[in-house]
Amino acid sequence: MITTLLSGDQPRSRILACTLMAIFLALALAPFLFPGTRPLDVAAKVCVFILLVASYDLLLGYTGIVSFAHTMFFGIGGYGIAIALSRLEVGWSAIAVGAAAAVLLSLALSFLIGLFSLRVKAIFFAMITLAVASFFAILASQLSNVTGGEDGITFKVPEILRPAYRLLEEPLLGVTVGGRLVTYYLVFGTSLLLFLALLRVVNSPFGRVLLAIRENDFRAEALGYRTVIYRTIANCLGAVVAAIAGALYALWLRYTGPNTTLDFAIMIDILLMVVIGGMGTMYGAVIGATIFVVAQNYLQEAMKAVSGAMKGLPLLPDLFHPDRWLLWLGVLFVLSVYYFPHGIVGQLRARMKK
Amino acid sequence: MKPRVDWIPPALLLAIALAALAMIGNPSTWVTLTVAGLAMGLLIFIMSSGLTLVFGLMDVMNFAHGLFIAVGAYVAVSVMKLFSASAGSESFLVNLGALLPAMLAAVVVAALLGLAFERIIIKPVYGQHLKQILITTGGMIVAEQLIHVLWGPDLLPLARPSTLRGSFLVGDMAIEKFRLSAVVIGLVVFAAMVLVLNRTKIGLLIRAGVENKEMVEAMGYRIRRLFVAVFVAGSALAGLGGALWGMYQESVTVHIGAQMMVLIFIVIIIGGLGSVGGCFAGAILVGLVANYVGYLSPKIALGSNILLMVMVLLWRPQGLYPVSKQ
Repeated sequence: MITTLLSGDQPRSRILACTLMAIFLALALAPFLFPGTRPLDVAAKVCVFILLVASYDLLLGYTGIVSFAHTMFFGIGGYGIAIALSRLEVGWSAIAVGAAAAVLLSLALSFLIGLFSLRVKAIFFAMITLAVASFFAILASQLSNVTGGEDGITFKVPEILRPAYRLLEEPLLGVTVGGRLVTYYLVFGTSLLLFLALLRVVNSPFGRVLLAIRENDFRAEALGYRTVIYRTIANCLGAVVAAIAGALYALWLRYTGPNTTLDFAIMIDILLMVVIGGMGTMYGAVIGATIFVVAQNYLQEAMKAVSGAMKGLPLLPDLFHPDRWLLWLGVLFVLSVYYFPHGIVGQLRARMKK
Repeated sequence: MKPRVDWIPPALLLAIALAALAMIGNPSTWVTLTVAGLAMGLLIFIMSSGLTLVFGLMDVMNFAHGLFIAVGAYVAVSVMKLFSASAGSESFLVNLGALLPAMLAAVVVAALLGLAFERIIIKPVYGQHLKQILITTGGMIVAEQLIHVLWGPDLLPLARPSTLRGSFLVGDMAIEKFRLSAVVIGLVVFAAMVLVLNRTKIGLLIRAGVENKEMVEAMGYRIRRLFVAVFVAGSALAGLGGALWGMYQESVTVHIGAQMMVLIFIVIIIGGLGSVGGCFAGAILVGLVANYVGYLSPKIALGSNILLMVMVLLWRPQGLYPVSKQ
């Protein structure tokens, strides 16, 4: 049963299996295990980013294409929901319309970019996507009558998802069962389903072809696979899942703006998560996203302590300033590209093999 | 045999300039815009020429090239502060006493940084495209954070020397002095580059290496060393460009490098990856079009670079001046 759910792709390492189980349980029971708004925010963000990073890993880790436009699709999803819910009557149909429009737009855009530039070298594709994504970010911040410009859009969600809504009169296990809880489980459930679907994709014959293209596209082509078509499909798939992740994130935040979706910093975050977790394994996305989001929220406090302890020394307190947490993750990133190309998951699996 | 020069791209530039003159209608506005476009284009050329050569020579794409731009700009800020007395003087010669050290320091620091970057970051991943993109992006993240540590997160003002502020008035045409000097510096750099590439042995080796590096190696030249030299020179130029660009905008933020990267990529794609001439034509094209469109219809201006790139690629998929690769 579990093997079927995981599409036969076992963790293949006891530590990894335990960690994944722990993350799954923590996320599934987050509202009850960690009461409070902030932990729940972190948990929802972890869910969304696991999905987003997994869809990016489909491109980077499995197919070997570097795209810098992933946040663009993430943003399209967010803006789709935001625009639909702020223009149309608030309700599930508006969410459906927004999500569908976002998915279609992402599909069309990724198809165009793919056809236009996936024929050529990886570097060329990376440069084109970088240019397109930055253009899109500028567009979103300039078309303020549609996208709300730099301020973004704050919108209303259907009643059942609002914080004030109560599903049960009495608190369950000391936790109020209300709109936030419903939204959280919507985010969690959708992320889990799509993650399992992605796992299915990469372990299908189609996924094997993607791996073959990553390893040697010339040979894959020689075996009779049209690499352009496979790459384009992978690109479209990644884009659609990213758009859905964006939609979920928008529903959770009840807000969409350039800083939460389109910013280049988020693209960097995704890269860090994929590489630190492990490229070419879907589980790497889980580990990477969890570590990163938790670090983002809690590492800064630890660094504040370190920085305070070093007061008086030259330069060192600045290096450990809470705002410099990205510096250390960046160093970790560079080191992992050199020494652990398959990230944490790859290391754990390699240890098992010995 | 003299290689045939492809005159279509320069003719295109001229045609665009003339078409813009017809559309704008007012010659003095047109001159102002053209000078601004040329200045912008030449500054972009200074920053991007190194990147395109590095790519042509070794198939290395450095996504952290913007780092050298940022460092150049920040070093210029620090040096200009040091020499603020002479930068504020009313005499041009005294101003040079601040401008030259600032530019020199930007060049030297960026060159040293380029050397270190090549040795530490890029050398281990020669020939692996995916890793190159990842590792240089990672280097960029770390370097941006280090700039935060060294110079602080705030926007820093970078004043132009006082004699380069304001503009000349020729008739009713206003030409900003700084833009004119940027054009002059850009042309000098371009001329020097053309001379080195076409008239010296090193230039010959570089050009040969871009076309077929195995053959150059087979002749007994160490292409790696050549590559390091080109990389360092490219970084130095990026530093110079960064210093000038900072003065052009009169302020410096940490994101200056990342912002320029997008423009630079567009320019070298338009020009044809690896081609210096193409990079020059592409940079001027981007600069001119950005300024004309910005004046004629500001709404489209944001997308003009992307549109330009798409149109050029539809016309010549390999860029304006494709590099023949064996």
